[in-house]
Amino acid sequence: MENKNEQTVAKLESQSSPPTGIQVILREFKKDKLALGSLIFIILLMVAVLVLSVVIDQAAVMKIQLLERFTEPGVRGYVLGADEAGRDMFGQLIIGAKNSILIAVAITIIANFVGIALGIIMGYYGGFIDNFFMRIIDFFITLPTTMIIIVVVTIIPSYGILDLILIIAAFQWMGTARLVRSKALSEARRDYISASKTMGTSDFAIMFKGLLPNLSSLLIVEVTLSFAGNVGIETGLSFLGFGLPPSTPSLGTLVSYAMNPIILSSKWWVWLPASILILVMMLGINYVGQALRRAADAKQRLG
Amino acid sequence: MWKTIVRRTLIMIPQLFILSLLIFILAKQMPGDPFTGLITPETDPNVIEELRIKAGFYDPWYIQYYNWITNAAQGDFGQSYTFKKPVADIIGDRAMNTFLLSLLSVIFLYALAIPLGVLAGRYQESFLDKTIVLYSFISYAIPTFVLSLIFVYVFGYRLMWFPTNGTVDIGLDAGTWEYYWNKFYHLILPAGTYALLGTTGVIQYLRTEIIDAKTMDYVKTARSKGIPMKKVYSRHIFRNSLLPIAAFLGFTITGLLGGSIFIETVFAYPGMGKLFIESISGRDYSVITALVMLYGFLALLGSLLSDIILSIVDPRIRID
Repeated sequence: MENKNEQTVAKLESQSSPPTGIQVILREFKKDKLALGSLIFIILLMVAVLVLSVVIDQAAVMKIQLLERFTEPGVRGYVLGADEAGRDMFGQLIIGAKNSILIAVAITIIANFVGIALGIIMGYYGGFIDNFFMRIIDFFITLPTTMIIIVVVTIIPSYGILDLILIIAAFQWMGTARLVRSKALSEARRDYISASKTMGTSDFAIMFKGLLPNLSSLLIVEVTLSFAGNVGIETGLSFLGFGLPPSTPSLGTLVSYAMNPIILSSKWWVWLPASILILVMMLGINYVGQALRRAADAKQRLG
Repeated sequence: MWKTIVRRTLIMIPQLFILSLLIFILAKQMPGDPFTGLITPETDPNVIEELRIKAGFYDPWYIQYYNWITNAAQGDFGQSYTFKKPVADIIGDRAMNTFLLSLLSVIFLYALAIPLGVLAGRYQESFLDKTIVLYSFISYAIPTFVLSLIFVYVFGYRLMWFPTNGTVDIGLDAGTWEYYWNKFYHLILPAGTYALLGTTGVIQYLRTEIIDAKTMDYVKTARSKGIPMKKVYSRHIFRNSLLPIAAFLGFTITGLLGGSIFIETVFAYPGMGKLFIESISGRDYSVITALVMLYGFLALLGSLLSDIILSIVDPRIRID
């Protein structure tokens, strides 16, 4: 009898416990077929790009062959034709996509690491630290960052991929910090944090072992959406000619070939595939981000 | 409310100071100085050196900063190397073009976003609402330069409906009706592209605002007095939702500034954004410095404007 009661209690408890973050996310994706499709598509696309970029002979793709100038797609084994210098567009598309994706990943990691850490510190301590950093963040968020990044890029005498990543990341942590701070601010006033404090747990442990996991659903959304944003910033800068050095293709550099009116009007295979790839990537990642946001916010959930 | 406005305005002073300091430091890092542009094979290096000393090139940085900022405050940003003209004149020429483009973009944007936002909120969860929300989502995700290029290709080169560069065709006399019409015609495609991409904020805000308003007491009162739903929407809800939308003007200005570099580059439109890219390529540092300062100032002004309008019209949003 006693045993049976215990079982019932255990059963009831398991039923009444709220679903974990992962379960909510899975349920949200099951309800939203478009988001699930986007997620699978984005993962497949990235895996395909990374695998192909390893397989492809990069030197052969970038070799200038003037005889193959503007070869049309499908001719002589050129899947997507060739550009002004006779370089294979399909190969360039893969290499460009790989560069753009990896750079965006690196910017996202660095900027979010700084943003999340600072946001939690601001939210946890509040007061002067919070005010001080908030003024800085408010200021930088209003600035025309694209222009300032371009100026910084031109000042640096010789810059490489790493410099570009660091420069862009330096201007991308503010939004994350502000968002994390606002959530951490209310979370830090909860009882479990006060309990940890009375128990003498160090501030560092409370912040990163107590607070951080409780913000995880918000952070997943933030990281996903900022990744989409960073793809946009890198390709945009490269498009203007201030991203990657000319020898390294990026999706943005490929699109920038279209600034030549002849290529834009009659050689669509040089610029259109890269444009479409940027477009579907941005849409897909943003769509996944929106679905995650619904999962993170109980009010917006579909199921 | 007044307290908020005054405080918010006062905050702008240190912000402007930091912005100018930041730009001054960036400008100091740029190779060359305002006299490098004067050097020709015939000039005597000693003359240039004398000019440098006279202009205070070897002064301590704070004196240089003081001189630069006091001149800049009076609209004197020095000489452009490439154009050999005062920077203020060059920017002045381009500023009108960017202003026209921005103005038309804002008009298009609101003309598109307000009806869409109202419809989405009114017919919540309908097929129309879902389509509008999907559109606003797509427009948020697409990068400006990608859509601009695709539009130039489709409407400029394939369909040939619109011109793809410049502000006005050659051979038209300024002041004639055709001249102004032609100018407007050149603006439709870039301004339309910007408007299509910038609607997300306004649509989302209006939609939520109208959905919220449906449950408000003033709507229930109006309904109980027998006013038809159509009139409740056009008279009561719409009017109440419209004012906060004005606050988006500030954000729109900031967004426009960021997008103008891409739009003007793709549409080969001679505005300030394109001037910025040209100056970067030509290493015309005095123009670059002046433009970044101007864009930064306008962006700060835009955010100030938004905050002020919001604090006036929406007591729920108080800036602490």
